[in-house]
Parts: sequence; structure tokens; C-alpha cells
Amino acid sequence: MAKLSKNWGPLHPAAEEPVERLAKTELPAERQLDLYRFMKLNRMTEDRLGSLYRQNKVVGGLYSSRGQEATSVGSAYALAPQDFVGPLIRNLGVMLVRGVKPREVMMQYMARSDSPTGGKDGNTHFGDLSRGLVAPISMLGALIPVMVGVALAGKKQDKDLVALTYIGDGGTSTGDFHEGLNLASVLNAPFVLIAENNGWAYSTPTSKQMKVRSIAIRATSYSIPGESFDGNDVLAVYEATKRALDRARSGGGPSLLEAKTFRMKGHAEHDDAGYVPKEQFEEWKPKDPIERFERHLLGNGLATEEDLKRITAAIDEELSSEVDRALASPMPPPERAFEGVYAEGVV
Amino acid sequence: MAGQVTYLEAIRQALWEELEQDERVLLLGQDIGTYGGAFRVTAGMLERFGPERVVDTPISESAMVGCAVGAAMMGMLPVVEMQFIDFISCAFNQIINFAAPNHYRWGQQVPMVIRGPSGGGVRGSAYHSQNPESYFQHTPGLKIVAPGTVADAYGLLKAAIHDPNPVLYFEHKYLYRRLKDELPEGGAPVPIGKARTAREGRDLSVFTYGAMLHVALEAAGRLEADGIDLEVLDLRTLKPLDQEAILASVRKTSRALVLTEEQTTGSVAGEVAARIAEHAFPWLDGPVTRLCCPDTPVPYSPTLEDAYLPNVDKLVAKVRELANF
Repeated sequence: MAKLSKNWGPLHPAAEEPVERLAKTELPAERQLDLYRFMKLNRMTEDRLGSLYRQNKVVGGLYSSRGQEATSVGSAYALAPQDFVGPLIRNLGVMLVRGVKPREVMMQYMARSDSPTGGKDGNTHFGDLSRGLVAPISMLGALIPVMVGVALAGKKQDKDLVALTYIGDGGTSTGDFHEGLNLASVLNAPFVLIAENNGWAYSTPTSKQMKVRSIAIRATSYSIPGESFDGNDVLAVYEATKRALDRARSGGGPSLLEAKTFRMKGHAEHDDAGYVPKEQFEEWKPKDPIERFERHLLGNGLATEEDLKRITAAIDEELSSEVDRALASPMPPPERAFEGVYAEGVV
Repeated sequence: MAGQVTYLEAIRQALWEELEQDERVLLLGQDIGTYGGAFRVTAGMLERFGPERVVDTPISESAMVGCAVGAAMMGMLPVVEMQFIDFISCAFNQIINFAAPNHYRWGQQVPMVIRGPSGGGVRGSAYHSQNPESYFQHTPGLKIVAPGTVADAYGLLKAAIHDPNPVLYFEHKYLYRRLKDELPEGGAPVPIGKARTAREGRDLSVFTYGAMLHVALEAAGRLEADGIDLEVLDLRTLKPLDQEAILASVRKTSRALVLTEEQTTGSVAGEVAARIAEHAFPWLDGPVTRLCCPDTPVPYSPTLEDAYLPNVDKLVAKVRELANF
């Protein structure tokens, strides 16, 4: 049962001291550099998307996960190849870890013909079962029961898989959050839910979503393990997710995890987040997950400045080519609007 | 021959055979296992097929449907039972926003069925009598079937389970034990999207489905004495509508009446009428007419519900009016 401590601490813990002490891990240096590369890829892809947005190349809204990269990357990195994951709008890092190319997401945002949905849907709203990715819908919470269904099917099919999905602090207020977790619990589904508590649901602070001090405490309602951790420590995210995945895989049922993090931008690119008190940004700036991980890698002799620069330069080069390839794709032909409502044939 | 079976037994038999023959088929619903379902449709299935394939769920319609969506994407063929179809409203978001547009949005099919008892006439009042089809008629990506015969109850369910799209299967609870018929041996699936001429006639076409089919057939018998020869088309599939069959019948009789058990405004009947007006106007000798329920919730008391529902008398009167137009 739950490793629930009585003391949940403040909702968003105060800044760490300058010496970077991240969670303990057995991950070798080379895999830690992998985590670093994915977090940088996540942020730098979003920076490129920001440029495309300012050039009016992005058709709809643009959503940023700045400040939350550790949560996406650390959790997705803990998945086994056969596992399934349903990322939300702020989980670009999950998609990148699962092998999605930045140009796929760029083309989605720019509504191009060669995007994974052929222009029919935008942003991160696409899936690919061959990469274990299930597409979200905008209605929050809806993915929870869907991923429980994926988990149950996998169990029935002896696939040894675990299904993972995410919810924001705001999304925990939905009925599907409760229905989905409760169903997962009574059916003992191999399922993990990560609640990303980033302080804000659009303009609504977490304090207006719930009175509990920790989302993880809600695990007790379902009699499942709940664990709250520092969502800006990629190693803490990785280790907590790994524990929950292992438990689910060995028949231990679902878990509810809470990653405490912070949304460093507005809800979407148009939103200047003027409603967020400046002190909150100032408080969280030094807790940037990428900078903290850099200090950890350098301070523990796992990488040199040169190594990190090399990784960054390689990503930058890759992204230039990805942007070019995405821009080369035309807009979809109008007649495509009428195609594909129904699947054909017999199953 | 298999002998006579009820409409309910036909549904049950289709489910049983599918569970027996296809390892992918999986049932989800409230009280469907140990209890065998509120109407006993799934009685004995838990014992025979086990709790992994006959899943008793909490009272969570949205999670039941969401879970089925996930399982369907993984290659299972889930069939969700709504204890009464009225409760499908609790799963509205999962149906219209997740299941329905999934294939269009990202090419991933969702082969699943949601079935449950619909319709009135059993004094079920506002929340155990509804006909929710028109809410879903509007949504691209869904298919909707509503069997009115024993053979279709069986055959449409078979087809629905093997359709690669989400199919809503609205069975009519008034017919459950009242309707009895032969089930063709080794019964075949009934293709989705095809209407059936239940009665050939010259003078006027009635378009209907579900329990109202039987109202139409009875009215046709009575109108024969007046020298009015009714054609009755059983729509069977409400989405996608068999427009060709509808228009062919109008071209033949030149008079069209749509009879359904829904509230009138925004009904499936309205869509049928619109298509006739749009595509068969030159053939019409009178206004396309609807006989549906009034725009009220379903009332409880027998005198009120009888006033609310269409019946043979009301239909006969409407037909006479239209025939004399």
C-alpha cells in the first residue's frame, strides 16, 4: 500500500541550496546524458516552434512546456518499449523520447500536408500505436479511462505492458479523473497516472482547484500507492515513474504520482500570464530543470562543459534541418477534408 | 430450425456466439456479470467466459466507454452495456469527442459497440424511456442501428461488433419479450447502412424503426380497409441513413411520413424529412409529414405516456390526412 508520508511539505518546495543534489539513481552517465539530450531537444524544439509562431507559420495556438521538461522526459524515459503512453499538450518531451521527430510536431502546428494527421488535427494531437503513443483530446481527464482500457487490453493479451498518462492540477477536477482512477483501482489495471502540478490551470491557481495540499494524497481514496516528488528533478521523476511501472508490471496495480513543477509561460503563446505573481517566476527560475541537471552532470563529473556544448550544437543543427523539412511540406489538398470519417472493412 | 426466440434472446444469442467464437470480444457494464444484467441479457456469460471478458464495472459510464475506446484501439472488440440507454448521456464526451472522431483525426480505428435498452411504453418515466439517437445522429464517425425485428436484433449486433467504427446499438425494451420470431439457422450479420422494406405498398411511404415499426405495420393492416396501401420502410440503420432506399420509396408512392419515437425537434425524423424534401421534391404529392413525440420529457403516468407516444390511431389519422392532401 501507499508510501504516504504525513508531511506533504509545501505545494511547491523552496529553492534548493546552490549545490545540486538530485535524486539517487543507478542510471550510468551515458543514459543520464540521454536524459539531458531529450530535455534540451524538448526545449529547443519549442524555441523553434516559438520562432515559427512569431513568423505566423503556426496556424493555431502554441503550447509550451517550458520548465516542465524534466517531468515529460524523465517519465517517458522510464517506459519499456512495449508500454503505451498518452501524452497531453505539455508533454512534447514524451513524444520525443518515444521517437517522434521534431518535424512531425512542427508540421502539426503548421497544419501541413505531411504532418502525422495530414493537417486534420494540430499540435501534439496525434498518436501512433506502433510507437506506443495514444493521441489526447482537449477535454481533460478523458485519456485516463482510455489508457486504463489500453492497460486492460494489454493484460488480456499478455503483452506485459503498462499504460501511462498525465493530468494537470486543473484536470484533476474532472469526473473522468475519478472514474478512471477508481476503475483502474478496482480492476487492478497496470496503469500509472502522473499529475503534473504546475501551479496554474490557464489562469486558475491550484488553490482554486483543490483544498488538499498534495494531489498524491488522493491515492488513498483508491487504495493505491501515491507519491509526490520534485518534478524539476529529472532523476526523481525517472526513479518514481520506474518504481510505479515496475509495480504495475508485476501485478501491483495502478499508482498516482504527483510531479511538483511550474509552468514558466502562459497557457498558450498568446497568453502573457500577467495573472501569475512575478515572485513565482522568480522563485522557480533558479529551479529550472535543465540548468539543475547541467549542474548535477558537471558537479558530479558525469560530463564536461564541452560534452554539453557538443550535444546542444548537434541538436541545433538537427533542428535547422527539421524546420527546413517541415516548411517544405505543402498545405493539404482541400478534398482531404472529406476523407476518412469512417474506417472501412470488417474487423 | 432454432425455433422461435424473443428479441432479447436474439441479442443474447449474438453476444454469446461472439464471445464463443472471437477471443477479442469483451463485455463491459454495470451488473452484467454476477447479476446477468438488469434485463438478463448477459445471464450466464460471466460463469462461461470469466471476469476478464465479462467485466462488472462501477457506476461510471464515462469510464466504461473510455475504457472500451482504449481496449478497441488495442485490437479488442468491446461491447459496453448501458443499463438503460438514458445513461449514455453520462458518457457523451467519450463518445462524441474520443471514439467518434478518432479515425478522422489520426487514422486510428475504434471498433466498439455501445448497446442498451431504449424507448418507452413501459412506464419507465423520464430516465428509463429515452430515445437518445438524435444527439448522436449529429456526430461524424459514429454509426447508429436500431433493430425492430428478431432477425435484425441478432444480425445487426453481429455486424456492429465486427464494424471497425464505434456503433451505437439501440435495442427497444418494449420489444424485448413481446416480439418472438424464428431466427434463421446460422444467422448471418445484417449489413449496417441498409434499410428494409417491411411492407410493399403503392400509396404512401412510412419511414420508421424500432418499436414504431410494429405500429406502422398494424396501421397498414387497418388502412387496407380504406383502400390505402402503405409501404413501410424499416430504416434499421439511422447513421449512415440508407438515403437511396428512402428516395426510391418516395419516388414510388409520392407521399412520405416519418414515424419515430423521439421528441420532434431536432430528431432523426427531421433529418429523413429534410433529405426527402431536398432530393425528392419533384415526386412529392404532399408535405413530408412527421409523427413523433411532443417536445416534452417522457411522462410517467399511463394516461400521460399514452398521450405522449405515437400509436396506431394517431398514425392512421395522419396517414388519412396526408393521403387526402
